[in-house]
Amino acid sequence: MFESLQDGMRSAMKSLRGKGKLTEANMRDGLAIVEQSLLEADVSYDVVKHFMAAVSDQALGRRVLLSLDPSEEVIGIVRDELVNILGPVDPSLHLRGELTIVMLCGLQGSGKTTTCGKLSQMLLNNNVKPMLVAADLQRPAAIDQLHVIGEQLGVPVYSDKGSQDPVKVCQDAVKKAKQDDVQVVILDTAGRLAIDEELMQQLQRIDSRVGPDQVYFVVDGMTGQDAVNSANAFNEALELDGVIMTKLDGDTRGGALMSVKHVTGVPIKFIGTGEHLDALEPFRPDGMASRILGLGDIVGLVDQVRQVVDEEEQLALEAKIKAGEFTLDDFKTQLEHFAKPGLMQKMMGLMPGMGDISKMMGDVDAEGDSKRLIGVINSMTQAERRNPKVIDPSRRNRIAAGAGVQPTEVNQLVKQYDMMAPIMKGMAGQGMAGRMKAIRELQQSGALDPGGNMMTKPKGTTGKRLSPKEKAKLKKQREREMRRAKRKGRGGDGDFEGGSPSKH
Amino acid sequence: MSLFDRITGKSPESQTGPETAASQPEAPKKGIFGRFKQGLQKTAQLLNTDIRDLFKQEGALVDDDFLTELFAILIRTDMGAGPAATIRDQVKTDFRGRVVQMNEVLAVIKVKLRELMEQPEVPIEFAASGPTVVMVVGVNGSGKTTSIAKLATMFKQQGKSVVLGAGDTFRAAAVQQLTIWAERIGAEIVTGATNSDPASVAHRAVARALETSADVCILDTAGRLQTQTSLMQELSKIRRVMTKQIDDAPHEVLLVLDATAGQNGISQAKGFSEAAGCTGIVLAKLDGTAKGGVVVPIRQQFELPVKYIGVGEQAEDLALFNADEFVDALFAEASSDSA
Repeated sequence: MFESLQDGMRSAMKSLRGKGKLTEANMRDGLAIVEQSLLEADVSYDVVKHFMAAVSDQALGRRVLLSLDPSEEVIGIVRDELVNILGPVDPSLHLRGELTIVMLCGLQGSGKTTTCGKLSQMLLNNNVKPMLVAADLQRPAAIDQLHVIGEQLGVPVYSDKGSQDPVKVCQDAVKKAKQDDVQVVILDTAGRLAIDEELMQQLQRIDSRVGPDQVYFVVDGMTGQDAVNSANAFNEALELDGVIMTKLDGDTRGGALMSVKHVTGVPIKFIGTGEHLDALEPFRPDGMASRILGLGDIVGLVDQVRQVVDEEEQLALEAKIKAGEFTLDDFKTQLEHFAKPGLMQKMMGLMPGMGDISKMMGDVDAEGDSKRLIGVINSMTQAERRNPKVIDPSRRNRIAAGAGVQPTEVNQLVKQYDMMAPIMKGMAGQGMAGRMKAIRELQQSGALDPGGNMMTKPKGTTGKRLSPKEKAKLKKQREREMRRAKRKGRGGDGDFEGGSPSKH
Repeated sequence: MSLFDRITGKSPESQTGPETAASQPEAPKKGIFGRFKQGLQKTAQLLNTDIRDLFKQEGALVDDDFLTELFAILIRTDMGAGPAATIRDQVKTDFRGRVVQMNEVLAVIKVKLRELMEQPEVPIEFAASGPTVVMVVGVNGSGKTTSIAKLATMFKQQGKSVVLGAGDTFRAAAVQQLTIWAERIGAEIVTGATNSDPASVAHRAVARALETSADVCILDTAGRLQTQTSLMQELSKIRRVMTKQIDDAPHEVLLVLDATAGQNGISQAKGFSEAAGCTGIVLAKLDGTAKGGVVVPIRQQFELPVKYIGVGEQAEDLALFNADEFVDALFAEASSDSA
């Protein structure tokens, strides 16, 4: 019942796929699942109705076409309409010649202050000089929080701790910014309820007296049906210029984005995808729509890869992959690149058909897991890395002992590699169409079906399915084995050396 | 109306800034249920307007259109498609094809909703002896720190001594935020350096509570998404650290849930319960237009009871949750007989 929008859509599509011919009746079944799924994804009821009406009209109107795969057509219609609703994009901050003032507003806890930091980071990356303004005089220590973020980034923060009047703070800040040749001023306003008339009026006063060039509404990606009410109220009070949705790195379905877009009509600027200050991405409706539909987000994936791997290395890797030589060593290099908190999960989430797997994997890289995988590869010989097929039970045990893991984890790693390799190969194909095709073939072959045999038991690799108790038990068991090995004298150490690649 | 009175009563000028922290603005003294209702009033108004719209003059015919519209109204509370369909189907079974009065339908909705939400009224369960340890968890920005301030205020009002543990060592200035609250409330606080191990803060907070024979020890934790496996494991670790010091600690693990949250709240309840063993929910930010209906499926699926609700930004704006009150308050104005 509480499957994700992606899962729901996928099951809707499966039910369409299973039927040879698309009839009005089975089309309605499919669309009903889509509707249910959208509601579970927190898309506002009215927006769902609106969306479904548009999609149904188109889908039913086209049913006479003798398409080879009618489900593809429905998917196309649903996806196009989603892109329609979420677009068009405008990731520009519309910087003006002299000073641009950006104001962030939203409910309490939506992520305004963190987003201020992320925007600053983005501006710094583009060699634009920002200044942060602590206009949140409500929440205890909000000013301190902004100062800490400013220090982390090396960005000036304007605040006036004695002041009770955010309007004046903002005015003074703008004066200061003009003196200091700052290019962009970002106003961090206090979180407030849309029904709090007093505070909404205060926001309007800031708006009219300070005259921000851009006003962005920051909305929590986990918001439910209320998104419509708050977005509407803020939009009426302030005439928003854009929307930033935060906390999209979790398992939230983010359906509120559809609602906010529907009621405000303003472009969605950025999405927040992590706690780190570089985790702000320009919004792409096609990516989001594809992601929602479970088609994966290839463009986003490639972008992510680009960000962490330098161009040359990337080209070398692509050449290797194209030649069918994606070895465990390359996998390790990738892992090392991606041993950045949250990144791997983010990427898996972007990969077509990998939504579920990423859920199972959790953020494998965040703490030890990615390092453990690297450790396992380190314990393999060069020959094993080139061709994992040679790993027999005895080699497996040696590797496991060398890396200090359970033998099943070695198996899991190899399976993961088996799964990654064809994707990597497919993606090295030229052009987006080739990439999509490779992935589609994979999906159809069932290789990416999370219910399939690939990832039946990911617990060994990810630890995700283990309860804390089980984990503790395993750890104890490992420790016991270690002690036993030590008691046997130097024998245990020999094993470790045997597993170390440097000795070969 | 009282909600707006309160809002207009606290002009920004009268707000205490962080630096003038000690004094608290005068909040109107109200019974716990008064606050509860007043917090839910806007919610009730919105919902009732909708329900009233269903009944044009004298009653309404329960047909497909009626049921669809009723479903929409229920969906807007964030209770999710499952419970909404259950309630709709009950109304359908009882009234289909008949012309009914609003009160009749409301009565059925309430009975069904109460059935779905049924739970004993459960305040904090205090330890038989020694400090009662309360751990507070939740996603980023759900309102953990503010809820802790409210809980601590409540305990202080009950004449209990409180030690706070500033376990959010990750977010910038989170420690300062709690420290300011501690000063306002008059509670002791144990802090750690930025990015230090929250488990060590937990350890020291419990140790301090034992040392000073405090009645309650409340531990703040950094906000985290339930999908961040390693961060969730950190919660388990914090838990273990506290259990080592006091056998049955933490006595309560409260999940702070943002009332504006949609169906992701279910995933939050699941993830945090698995990692931290939640014993109850604090439903924060219920003073807005959001209805917090996601607690209905959460109650059904995980039997995780809502213990308190947050209905404002002041330290006193916390009320004990009562399922009957919750349901009644939602429909208070539409059915004057049961308010």
